[in-house]
Amino acid sequence: MIAVLRHELSLFYHSMTGYIFGAFLLLFTGIGALLYNINASVANFEYVLDFISVVFIVIVPILTMRIISEEKKQKTDQLLYSLPITSTDIVIGKFLSLFVVFLIPLIIICVYPLIFAQFGDVYLPTSYGSMVAFIFMGMALISMGMYISALTDSQGIAAGICVAFMLFNYFCASLSDYVSATAVGALISLIVISAALSLVIRYMTSSNIVALLLFAILTIASLIVFFVNSDLLNNLLPNIMKKISLFERFSVFVNGVFDLTGIVYYLSVIVFFLFLCVQALEKRRYNG
Amino acid sequence: MITVEHLTKSYGSTLAVDDLSFTIEDGHIYGFLGPNGAGKSTTLNIMTGCLAATGGTVKIGDKDIFENSREAKKLIGYLPEIPPLYVDQTPREYLDFVAEAKKVAKKDRPAEVERVAKKTNIEHVLDKPIKYLSKGYRQRVGISQALLGNPQIIILDEPTVGLDPMQILEIRELIHKLGENHTVILSSHILSEVQAICDKVLIIYKGKLVAFDTPDNLGKISSHGSAIEIGADISLDMAKEILSSLNGIVSYENIESSDDQNLFKVHVENRDLTEISKEIFKAFAEKDIPLYKLNPVKTNLEDIFLELTSDSEENNITILEEKEIDSSITA
Repeated sequence: MIAVLRHELSLFYHSMTGYIFGAFLLLFTGIGALLYNINASVANFEYVLDFISVVFIVIVPILTMRIISEEKKQKTDQLLYSLPITSTDIVIGKFLSLFVVFLIPLIIICVYPLIFAQFGDVYLPTSYGSMVAFIFMGMALISMGMYISALTDSQGIAAGICVAFMLFNYFCASLSDYVSATAVGALISLIVISAALSLVIRYMTSSNIVALLLFAILTIASLIVFFVNSDLLNNLLPNIMKKISLFERFSVFVNGVFDLTGIVYYLSVIVFFLFLCVQALEKRRYNG
Repeated sequence: MITVEHLTKSYGSTLAVDDLSFTIEDGHIYGFLGPNGAGKSTTLNIMTGCLAATGGTVKIGDKDIFENSREAKKLIGYLPEIPPLYVDQTPREYLDFVAEAKKVAKKDRPAEVERVAKKTNIEHVLDKPIKYLSKGYRQRVGISQALLGNPQIIILDEPTVGLDPMQILEIRELIHKLGENHTVILSSHILSEVQAICDKVLIIYKGKLVAFDTPDNLGKISSHGSAIEIGADISLDMAKEILSSLNGIVSYENIESSDDQNLFKVHVENRDLTEISKEIFKAFAEKDIPLYKLNPVKTNLEDIFLELTSDSEENNITILEEKEIDSSITA
């Protein structure tokens, strides 16, 4: 795991990726700080973090697109598989390297609230509380990007899907106001989600039976809930869209509340997608 | 030692490896032969833990590659068909990473990198980015990573593909040297290379093992057997009369004919070629017929390979069963 971590860091800083990522994040943070803290004289650094969170839509794909897809394309994954390390070691090593690359510019950014505190009354607990949440949210988004990279051997496709994924995550809380809040709408959505989930399972296991079984169970469960107590489905879809948005949860921290459930949610997302990443690597070991 | 038992690998309904069983003993160089798509790379990938099997077991020493993969993989160095290189790194950085992943102690790593670099003769390019190295040097860097940690078994999948003749000779020499201290499994399409380097040869066809023996023994079990070319000023009938009186001649064929000069290829079985050559010489001398050619021709691996992989069903029988010796002479 440590070998993979050190190796990935070396690759990030051999190419321009690590530097571009850091420069991009620092540039956007600088613009945000200029607009909010200097020009508008706002003493809340968390607003800057809220402003720059949109940058994840671009920087997460930049950072994660090659992390596993390039190994497949260059056939270097064969080396990793033949070494005395497990798929979990590979995934955690790569994830930690992304964490370090992400953390380096953030360490510099961490100094900003202290600098501003010299010139005004900055409430540091909220600033640093938001900073912690920002790191967790970033890592959760990076874990998603990493999983997408594990699904393909093309950097371009990985980046494209990742941007779409980030955009959906960023806007899904806003879009929730426009989707159907009725029980019928929720039922249809649940069936569509079940179908999508079954397709993912079909892709990962190559088993039609498992995928069909999952689809049947989820659909039947949705229908039972609909016919037994349809009130449970009212507003379900808008609520789901608000809940799954990682950006929406970050706004709670920006508003001054250190929401532990939010941190647990981010951690759960990280673990879930890293688990899927390991499964994607194992699938390749089985399917060649 | 590697023990492969009932190894099977299927991709959907396609069977890539079909109930493969063999044992690789320590201290030899093994050649792994087979036409494209025969299942060679799949088998090697399974043996090195890169690929999971559908069924069967692979044991490296006493460690199962599937159940105790971490320990088993420590005993293997593997160079896949395409050298797995990170081209932005220098060979030193790359080898340092592989050494660390192979659990070489930090203090020993620089010396270990230098050791394998010396062995593969890449010392002078250790700090040059891999992307600027020639194909031959890249291949050497690939072999170097396989040697790190001094594993007992080195598996090389087509190590000379795409190299120029000089580089091929150098890599061949290197493999020969590796065979002195390691068990080497070499997959190659170049049959002369396998014949020159390997102590034993495994031939795989359609996922099945069709032959596993020394190149010499494979020559003996081949239906071509060994042969002697005889050139003489003699008619076909006369040749038949002389050759039928000798033991061990299975058949002969007239391969070149002009006026009264004929060139025959005599197929021999279960006889030493030198001995039977003497008898042929003597038989022709007794009849006062001068020979202008008497040339023992050993069956080469190419003939055996083509024979075994051109018509699988019949050829399996040839290899697996005792061959019936047809002593009749046919023209």
